[in-house]
Amino acid sequence: MRQAKGFREAHFAVCPLVTSNVRSAAEGAGARIIVTLPATSRIPPQTARPSRPGFMNRFANPGQFMRLSSVLLPWLSGAAVLTLTVGIIWGLFYAPADWQQGDTVRIMYVHVPMAWLASLGYFSLAVCGALSLIWRHPLADLAALEIGPVGAVATFICLATGSLWGEPMWGTWWVWDARLTSVLVLFFLYLGHIALIRAFDEPARGYRAAAILAIAGAVDLPIIKFSVQWWNTLHQPDSITLTGAPTMSMTMLAPLFICMAGFSLGFAAVVMARLRAALMETRARQLLSRRHADREAA
Amino acid sequence: MKRGLTRKTRRLWLVVFCLGGLGITTALVLNAFSSNIVFFMAPSQVRAHPPGSDRTIRLGGMVVAGSVKRETEGETPIARFDVTDGQAAIPVRYAGILPDLFREGQSVVAIGEMKGDGSFRASEVLAKHDETYMPKEVAEALKRSGKWDPRFGKAPDAASWDTMTRAEARQMDTKTAQAGG
Repeated sequence: MRQAKGFREAHFAVCPLVTSNVRSAAEGAGARIIVTLPATSRIPPQTARPSRPGFMNRFANPGQFMRLSSVLLPWLSGAAVLTLTVGIIWGLFYAPADWQQGDTVRIMYVHVPMAWLASLGYFSLAVCGALSLIWRHPLADLAALEIGPVGAVATFICLATGSLWGEPMWGTWWVWDARLTSVLVLFFLYLGHIALIRAFDEPARGYRAAAILAIAGAVDLPIIKFSVQWWNTLHQPDSITLTGAPTMSMTMLAPLFICMAGFSLGFAAVVMARLRAALMETRARQLLSRRHADREAA
Repeated sequence: MKRGLTRKTRRLWLVVFCLGGLGITTALVLNAFSSNIVFFMAPSQVRAHPPGSDRTIRLGGMVVAGSVKRETEGETPIARFDVTDGQAAIPVRYAGILPDLFREGQSVVAIGEMKGDGSFRASEVLAKHDETYMPKEVAEALKRSGKWDPRFGKAPDAASWDTMTRAEARQMDTKTAQAGG
């Protein structure tokens, strides 16, 4: 019984995600997710004004997302595996060693993409937060729920590989310089987001609190980016800048870019797969709770 | 006229203003603590504002070419070298094993304290590599052709070497060797 109640609560919380689009979902032929509202819904009735889906809500319909992603996901995963295989093999075996760092420089082919994804992941969390708070985008909250752990893993790998790189080169596993510290702060922001978004019995509250945290935490992103310019740090400044020629040999830059593309595609594929799983789980719970309710009514 | 503001627009502006306010606050705080956020002091800064004796500071700069002297006291290796930022140089003494990247012309960060005679006693030395990454062959070619001496600092403008492949570098190297020999 308790469990059933939990199911129903989760169901209700998801309802606002879906109600606004019930009509369009129902209109779309072959929509896989069609939610029938229970009679006891606590959701206030939608305003009478018929809303045409604008730019922001065009992809807001979970059914549409499921259809689009079922086509996109295999391609995305395939492209990620292919690109990563090429990039990693090129980077680890064929790219030259650095003239003073030797083979240790190959840590770069994992470290740099992870650092990039750590920032990009948090930026997308902040975008999801804004979409959720301002536009009440129905998929944004679920996306934030699923991006968080993936971004946190990327940040952790970035910190770990950086530490492994720092020991032989700098002579230390860790220093409290501005770059390292601001990335550690980003890692804690991720952990806070992951905890906060799941902290409430009523999911909508967690979504809202986490959205605010995501937007506020985005202040850390420019600090990470410019820390190596604003203050002197042990970490070196960026090799790739908008203004000058990259201070990295093209023979290393090419595999690095391929690795970055590969890891980014992989990141997108993992997030998309998680989001699909979350939507399917929501749907399964709705069906279960409805069956439960029916049985109780009978 | 104001009724044109929809709830969405109002929420958008609210978020924008809050983020702006938070950003400005953070900027002011970071600016105020800026001297604590910097990881090291340059030799000229240390000379201009000498820290109290026995206060641990981090001294950062480039190892002066030709200044490195290594000796051993019993089992411990002792290294003496000068660290400069181009304006001032401070002699450093360090007992212990230096990191692999330590060399003349390399940037280093030494942790320790200033002595009364104006020298620096380091308890730890970290190597700070710069943002240049190049294959050994390219570095050799640049060195042999006289375009770069790593002992005197940074690599030449990246545009002059970053598209050079290893084969080209080897070719250039043989040419320089032939011209020289």
